[in-house]
Amino acid sequence: MTLTSDNKATNTQELITATIDGIQMQVPKGTLIIRAAEKMGTFVPRFCDHPSLAPVAACRMCLVEIEGMPKPQPSCAIPLTEGMVVKTQMTSKVAEDAQAGVMEFLLINHPLDCPVCDKGGECPLQNQAMTAGRTESRFEIEKRTFPKPLELSTEILLDRERCVECARCTRFSEEIAGDPFIELLERGAKQQVGIATDEPFNSYFSGNTVQICPVGALTSSAYRFRSRPFDLVSVKTTCEHCAAGCSLRTDYRRETVMRRLAWEDPEVNEDWNCDKGRFAFGYLKTNRLTQPKVRNLDGNQIDALWPDAVDIAAAGLANAQGKVAVLLGGRLTLEDAYAYSKFARVALGTNNIDFRNRDHSEEEQQFLGSAVAGNHNSVTYKELENAQNVILVSFEPEEESPIIFLRLRKAMQKGNLKVTAIAPYLSKGLEKLNAEVVATKPGEEGKVLSGIDIVENSIILIGERAAAIPGLLSVALEVSNKTQSKISWIPRRAGERGALEAGALPALLPGARPVADASARSEVAKVWGVSNSKIPSEPGLDHSQIIKAAINGELKALIIAGLDVLDAPDPKLFSEAINAVDFVITIGVQENSLTRYANVSLPVAPVTEKSGTFINWEGRPRPFGKAIGSTNALTDARVLSMIAESMDLDFGLQIIEDLRMELSELGIWNGSKLEKPQFESKEIVDFKNDNVILSTWHQLLDEGAMQVGEEHLAGTQKSSVAYLSEETAKQNNLTTGDLVTVLNTRGSITLPLEIIEMVNKVIWIPFNSKDSKVKQSLGAKEGDIMLIEKGKV
Amino acid sequence: MGLTPVLTAHWDEPKSFDIENYQKHAGYVALTNSLKMTPDEVIGVVKDSGLRGRGGAGFPTGLKWSFVPQNDGKPHYLVVNADESEPGACKDIPLMLANPHSLVEGVAIAAYAIRANHAFIYIRGEVPHAIRRVMNAVEQAYAQGLLGKNIKNSGFDLDVVVHTGAGAYICGEETALLDSLEGRRGQPRLKPPFPAVAGLYASPTVVNNAETLASVPSIILNGADWFKSMGTEKSPGFKLFAVSGHVKRPGIYEAALGTPMSELLDYAGGMKQGRDLKFWIPGGSSVPMLTPEHIDIPMTYEDLAAAGTMLGTGTPMMFDKTTSVVKAVSRWLEFYKHESCGKCTPCREGTYWITGVLEKFEHGVGKEHELELINDICGQIAGRSFCALGDAAATPFPGAMKYFASEFEEATRKPVDVSFPPERTKIFSTVGVM
Ligand SMILES: Cc1cc2nc3c(=O)[nH]c(=O)nc-3n(C[C@H](O)[C@H](O)[C@H](O)COP(=O)(O)O)c2cc1C
Ligand code: SF4
Ligand code: SF4
Ligand code: SF4
Ligand code: FES
Repeated sequence: MTLTSDNKATNTQELITATIDGIQMQVPKGTLIIRAAEKMGTFVPRFCDHPSLAPVAACRMCLVEIEGMPKPQPSCAIPLTEGMVVKTQMTSKVAEDAQAGVMEFLLINHPLDCPVCDKGGECPLQNQAMTAGRTESRFEIEKRTFPKPLELSTEILLDRERCVECARCTRFSEEIAGDPFIELLERGAKQQVGIATDEPFNSYFSGNTVQICPVGALTSSAYRFRSRPFDLVSVKTTCEHCAAGCSLRTDYRRETVMRRLAWEDPEVNEDWNCDKGRFAFGYLKTNRLTQPKVRNLDGNQIDALWPDAVDIAAAGLANAQGKVAVLLGGRLTLEDAYAYSKFARVALGTNNIDFRNRDHSEEEQQFLGSAVAGNHNSVTYKELENAQNVILVSFEPEEESPIIFLRLRKAMQKGNLKVTAIAPYLSKGLEKLNAEVVATKPGEEGKVLSGIDIVENSIILIGERAAAIPGLLSVALEVSNKTQSKISWIPRRAGERGALEAGALPALLPGARPVADASARSEVAKVWGVSNSKIPSEPGLDHSQIIKAAINGELKALIIAGLDVLDAPDPKLFSEAINAVDFVITIGVQENSLTRYANVSLPVAPVTEKSGTFINWEGRPRPFGKAIGSTNALTDARVLSMIAESMDLDFGLQIIEDLRMELSELGIWNGSKLEKPQFESKEIVDFKNDNVILSTWHQLLDEGAMQVGEEHLAGTQKSSVAYLSEETAKQNNLTTGDLVTVLNTRGSITLPLEIIEMVNKVIWIPFNSKDSKVKQSLGAKEGDIMLIEKGKV
Repeated sequence: MGLTPVLTAHWDEPKSFDIENYQKHAGYVALTNSLKMTPDEVIGVVKDSGLRGRGGAGFPTGLKWSFVPQNDGKPHYLVVNADESEPGACKDIPLMLANPHSLVEGVAIAAYAIRANHAFIYIRGEVPHAIRRVMNAVEQAYAQGLLGKNIKNSGFDLDVVVHTGAGAYICGEETALLDSLEGRRGQPRLKPPFPAVAGLYASPTVVNNAETLASVPSIILNGADWFKSMGTEKSPGFKLFAVSGHVKRPGIYEAALGTPMSELLDYAGGMKQGRDLKFWIPGGSSVPMLTPEHIDIPMTYEDLAAAGTMLGTGTPMMFDKTTSVVKAVSRWLEFYKHESCGKCTPCREGTYWITGVLEKFEHGVGKEHELELINDICGQIAGRSFCALGDAAATPFPGAMKYFASEFEEATRKPVDVSFPPERTKIFSTVGVM
C-alpha cells in the first residue's frame, strides 16, 4: 500500500539546560515548563492550558515556583530558559499552596453535579480536586446559579455553573476553527460563555469543545445523561464519514455506540475531528438489515437463511457469466473493496467494476491510474502545514474535507501559507483560510489553472468534483508537471482511495496495475492462484457504461454493494438499469430504495462491527479494529467468500488476516501505469440570459445517508440558499430574498436567493440539502447549463 | 515645602483650558524645542529628569520610551491612559478639564520621541465634560498646525485620536486598554510580549498616564535639572496630589514629591469639623492604609514603600473617626468584585467570596474564624492573579486588619451601622462631632 513520507521536524533545534524539582534536563529552547515537567513525569495541574491552543495563563492552576521570581508563575505560559530552576508542587510549598488556593476557588462555585454530570469519572476538575483540593469546603455563602442548560446550538448545551471559565472552548473556536460563535461575555463573577442573539454555535467543529472542556459545562444534546464514562468501553477506530481519515475513539455500552470522540493523532487529525464524524452514528441503528432476503417465485421478497441466500446468489451469478457487473459505493473498507475486485475477476470473469457512485469519467480513471493509485510520494497533512502555496481546484476544504481545512488554517495562521482557490466565489470557509479566489465558472477551471502564475513547488489539491469537468484533470496534471508542484486528489468518501488501490475500477487491478498489462495480470493471477487467462485483458465497463449496458439489456446480473441510488450520477437511469436486469444482488448495511429490487439482499456489518482499513486522501492506511464484537454481522469479504465457495471456487478471503496478507503480497506495482489523461476541455458556448451554469457541492452536514437519525446534528446544518452575482440576478429581475427556481428538463429546485460577490452567469446551490437535492431533482452535475426564473411561493 | 504650581499654575484664569491662554504661558514652546532635538535627545532629557509614571506603578518614563525599538519598519503608537477609575483617584480628569493642552503638548513630544505618528487618548467614558475639553484642545492644536502633517515644518506627522472608554476599571490596565482600543472586550493580555514590542495592533506602543505626559513639556522647557531640583533623588519633581475625604477643602494640591502628608492635609484645610483623622490611604484604594501616626511621612515612592504602602496615584483619601473601617473595606471589595474582569480564577472567585463574607461583618454576624478565612483568601489572590487588579483587591483587608482588628471583631457582634451611624460620616454631614 501507499506509504506516506514522514517528515519529522529536523532535529537542529537549540537545546537549553534547566532544572525542575532538582532534576537537570535538556529541552529544546521554547519548551514550556508545564510540558517539560510532563516529560519528566510530573503532572502540573491545569485547566486553561491545552497543547494545541496558545497559552493564556488564565486559570492560574499551574502555578510553580521559579527561582529568582518573587511570585509563583504559570508554568503553562513560561518557556524554560537556560539555567532556570523551577520547583513544582512536588518540591515547593509555595507552588503547592498556590495550586490548592486556586482549586479551592474553582470549587466554591461549582455545583455538586458530579453524580449526574456527563464528565463525572473523566473530569479533570474531579481528578485534580482529589490531588490539589481540600476535603471540606470553607465556602458558606450563596453560590452563583444559572438556569441550565443553555442551548448554544441544537447540538451543544452549556451548564454555566459548571464552567471554570478556562476559555478553552472559545479559544478553540476562534483560533482553530475560525468560528468565533461563542465568546466569554460579562465580567467578573458574572463572566460566562455565550452566543450572540440568533447566532447559534453552528460550527462544523463544535463538538471538539465538548471534548476539551475540562469540566462538564459543555455537553452534547445527543449524549447528555445517556451514560457514565466508567460504563463505557473505548476502542480506537477510524471515521467512516470522509477521506480525512480521522482517528476516533468509539465508546460503546452493551453493544450500542454511545458516543465518539477525536483520538489524538499528530500526523492526521491532531486533537480534533468534525461534528459529522463525532455525532453521526445514528445510522448504525436506522433501517439496519439483519436478515438475508430472496425473491420467491411469486416475486415477493422473503427472509432466507444464509446458506440458501448464498446458494441462490451463486447460481444467479453462474448463470450470468460474462454478462455481469459490480457497482460499488465509495464507503467500503480497503479489504472489502479488494474482495469485490478479486471476486469480479476470479468469480465473475469480468472487469466490469467501478466504485465511483458519483460523477466520474474515463479521464478521471486515467488520472487516478496514472497519478494517484500506488503513489508513494503523495502530499501529507504535514506537508500542507509547511506549504507556502496551495491551489484549490474544484475543492471546498471546509465542506469536503474538514481536517484539510483545519490544517490549512493552521498553516495560514503560522503566516507562511497562501491559498489560492479556483472557485466561483469566496466561500466562508475560504475566507477563514484567507484564500484568494480566482472567480471561475464551472467548466473553465482548467483554462484558469493553466493561466495563473504558479510558484514552483506549490501543492495542488483537486477535488473529486473535477471529474465532472471535461479536460480539467488532464490540464491539472500538466500544470503540476510544468510547475513541479505536487498534486493531490481529494475524494470525499472514506472508501474511495482504498477502492482505487484495491483495483475496483474497470482498467485497474490491485496495486495500480493496469488490466491491459500482461505482466501485471500474471502477477495478480499468481497471487490469486488462478490461471493468467482468468483475468480478462480488456478493461471493463465503468459505472455509466454499466448502467447503459444494463438498460440496453446487455447485462444479466448486477452486484450492487454499499451504495445508495440517491448518490448515483443519475438516479433515474440507475433505477431504469436495475429494472432492466434479471438478477440483482444487493449487499449493504442499511435498507434503502434499492433493496426492494434485489433478487438477493445480503446484510453486512457496519464499520463498528468489523475490522478494516480506510485509506485516507494522503494514501495513509488507517486500520481499525472491531468495536462491537458480539453481533454476527459479516464483512462483505466474508459474504463474497461464501458465494465463491458455493460456486466451487477457492476464494480464500474468510478472515481479515487473509485479506491483509494477500494485499501485502500484491504490494505496489512498479511497472507501467495507465496512460496520462489527455482530454480536451470543452469551450463554454454562448448562452441566453436566463441560462446559467450550475455550481454545487456537498455541504459537510446535509441529507447524506449516514447522517440519518441525528436531529441535533441536523439542527446545525446551514440553511439552503442559492447564490447569484448581482449582475446575473439583475439580468433575471431577481433580488436578494426572492425565491429563485433552477430548472432543467428533469425537474426544478426552488430556494431563497442571496446575492453575493461571485462570478457572473453561475448559480450555486447546495448539492444535497433539505431543500436542494441536485441529483434527485435535476439529475444534473456541476458545469451543466440550467434555466433560472423567479420562484413562486 | 510649599506648593509648586506647574500644571495647575493657571487653572484659576478664565478659559484656562483654551489654547490662547495656554500659549500665553509658553504653551507649545516645548514642542517647538523638542522638534529641533533628535528623538533620542528628547528621551535623554526625560530620562535625566527621573520622571516616573503617574499612573500608579511609578515606572521611569524615559526608560519606558527607550524600550521602543528603532528603525523596525513598524508603525509605533503612543497611548494615553486617562481611564482614571481607581477609587480615590481624581487628578487626571481635573487636569484634562482645566489644562488639556499640557496633555496634548506632552503627547506630541512623547510621540516624536518614540517615533509614533499616531497617538490615542483613551478617556474614561463617564466624564463627557473632560472628553469634550480634550477633543476641543486637540482640534485647536490641529488648527494651529501643532498636530497633523509636518508639524512646525519639522517633517514630523502626528494624528491624535480621542477615544472614549465604556466604563470598566480594568480598561485602565494598560494591556486591557489596548484590547479595548482595538475593539475587543477589555481583558489584560499575557506578557510577554510587552507593549513596547507588540502593543496596539501588535506594534511597538508606549502607554503613559495622562499626568505623566502632561508633565513632560515643563521638563523640556525648564530642563531636567530644574525638575530634579524638586522632590527627592528617587522621586524627583512635582505631582498633583488630590486630597479627598473628610477634609475641609478637598482638591488638587500640586507640590513637590516628598512633601509630608501633614503639609498636604494643611493645604486641604485640615480635617473637617475638627474631627480626628482615623486612617488614610496615600494613593487610591489599591494601596494599604496608614494611620495618624504616619501623617508626617514624606510623600515619595520610597518612603511610602518603607511604610508598607505605596504612592500609587498620589491621591490621598482621609477618613475621620466616624468611619467604619469594616464598611470602607467592604465597599472597596465590592468595587473590585464588580470590576474584576473575570479572566483569572483568584480575582474572579476571590473577590466574590470575600465580599460575601464581609457583608456578614457589616451586618454584625461575621464569625471570628472568618477573619482568618478572609485573610487566607486574600493570600490566595495576592501574587497569584493574572494582573494587578487582583493584587489590589487583596490589599485593603490585610491593611485594615493590621491597625483595626478590634473593629472587625466588634463586627462579629454589632452591625457597623450601629457602631458607626452612617449619617455622621457622610462628607456633608452636620451631625454632631464624636
Ligand atoms: C486595574 C488597573 C487599573 C489601572 N488604571 C489606570 C488608570 O486609570 N490610569 C492610568 O494611568 N494607569 C492605570 N493603571 C496602570 C497602567 O496599567 C499603567 O501602568 C500606566 O498607565 C502606565 O503609565 P505611567 O507609566 O505613565 O504611569 C491601572 C492598572 C491596573 C492594574
Ligand atoms: S465551557 Fe468548558 S471549555 Fe468553555 S470556558 Fe467553560 S469550562 Fe472552559
Ligand atoms: S473530518 Fe472526515 S474523517 Fe474526520 S471526523 Fe469528520 S467526517 Fe470523519
Ligand atoms: S486579576 Fe484576573 S480577573 Fe482580576 S482583573 Fe486581572 S485578569 Fe481580570
Ligand atoms: S493552566 Fe496555566 S494558568 Fe491555566
